[in-house]
Amino acid sequence: MSSLGRAALEALDLVAGADPKLAGIVLLSLRVSLTAVALSCVVGLPLGASIAVSRFAGRRGVVVVLNALMGLPTVVVGLAVYLLLSRAGPLGALGLLFTPAAMVIAQTILITPIVAALSRQVVEDAWEEYREQLRSLGEKRFGAAITLLWDLRFSLVTIVLAGFGRAAAEVGAVIIVGGNIDGVTRVMTTAIALETSKGDLPLALGLGMILLTIVLLLNAAAYVVKETAQRRYG
Amino acid sequence: MTSAMRAPRSLLPLRLEDVVFAVGGRRVIDAVSLTLEAGSRTVIVGPNGAGKSVLLRLCHGLLQPTSGTIAWNAPELPGAPRRQAMVFQRPVLLRRSALANIAYALAVARAPASQRKTRAREALHKVGLDALAAHPARVLSGGEQQRVALARAWALNPEVLFLDEPTANLDPGATHEIERVVGAMHAAGTKIVMVTHNLGQARRLGDEILFLHQGRLLERASVDRFFRQPASAEAAQFLEGELPW
Repeated sequence: MSSLGRAALEALDLVAGADPKLAGIVLLSLRVSLTAVALSCVVGLPLGASIAVSRFAGRRGVVVVLNALMGLPTVVVGLAVYLLLSRAGPLGALGLLFTPAAMVIAQTILITPIVAALSRQVVEDAWEEYREQLRSLGEKRFGAAITLLWDLRFSLVTIVLAGFGRAAAEVGAVIIVGGNIDGVTRVMTTAIALETSKGDLPLALGLGMILLTIVLLLNAAAYVVKETAQRRYG
Repeated sequence: MTSAMRAPRSLLPLRLEDVVFAVGGRRVIDAVSLTLEAGSRTVIVGPNGAGKSVLLRLCHGLLQPTSGTIAWNAPELPGAPRRQAMVFQRPVLLRRSALANIAYALAVARAPASQRKTRAREALHKVGLDALAAHPARVLSGGEQQRVALARAWALNPEVLFLDEPTANLDPGATHEIERVVGAMHAAGTKIVMVTHNLGQARRLGDEILFLHQGRLLERASVDRFFRQPASAEAAQFLEGELPW
């Protein structure tokens, strides 16, 4: 049997046996990335919607910068957060470096622009249709932004997923600020990178399979929710 | 003084003086002066591009005039609940139930939370949509959506209701239903200002006609007089073109 086949079989064993080490890594990954997504939504959705319904000087520049920030290199964000949180850094006193909190911070910075930029686009398109009606009812700008976010909730699911996908899949930022410490800050992507370089292909492969499955399941669930809801609510 | 505070002064009359609305140098509304009084149903007619919808939006405050003044008898205070409503050609409803759409408008108008559902239900009842209260608003038929939009406007008890070709996309049955509701709102004391392309509708629903042509208010007359004997050549021509009989 080829080494790949053997590795795949062993990986299946690990997954099926719910290997505690593996489970710990998976759970930490989910905890970090889901927290980062939640924080990004709290900041990014209202930010994107507010920009969508506002007109101010320099708005175009803001939109361009926001769109550009979607492509932030993960290692650069990792480095920046590292500098902020390192002992000598401005936030060094918090002692957050090499903790899951640092990883959450880095991923939040990474995906907030994605959530904000994409929701800005979606809300702005809808704003064209809703503007006169909402203004006629006497809705203020911020109120309109919130109303639109809720009205577009099914479309925003896809955006939130894009953010989660980016967070769960990135390795550059979490490895720098987390340090890939066994049992503390090791997540799926950093573990895959490490195990591959060590030659422990079964664990790497097993993690890879789980990562793919999680992303696939989430997307499938979101798709079903979106389709059903759109058929129901129009 | 105290009585004025208890019963706020009426919004109407609305006075437009020398109102101009220009887009890229072209005067879409050209020096329109008019006073809209409470009570009567005012119908705005005119050929395409005459500026009818723009005039309605200027009155409702959705557009600001390039020059001239638009003044209500008692201006709405910024931030205070609106005392006028508008129904658009294509109703814009939110992705929630018909009832929730109306409750939302009441929330924006700062109606007490405890009253919203009841008032929304009453409004739906008045437009004959009780059965569809829990239905998602956006999947209703075009006519039903427009009735929800009217119910939403009615729930707010506006002093003035602006309508911009509310039946342009509807079949005769739905049109009839909308006209019934507009008539009922008027009977309940709301001033009606409506743009329509349907001259039969203008006759059925209107008390007076404003005839707009190339951004100018060329004629203002009672419905009877306007259709019997238009004063301007443009209006006569317009009626001839629009009425095939």
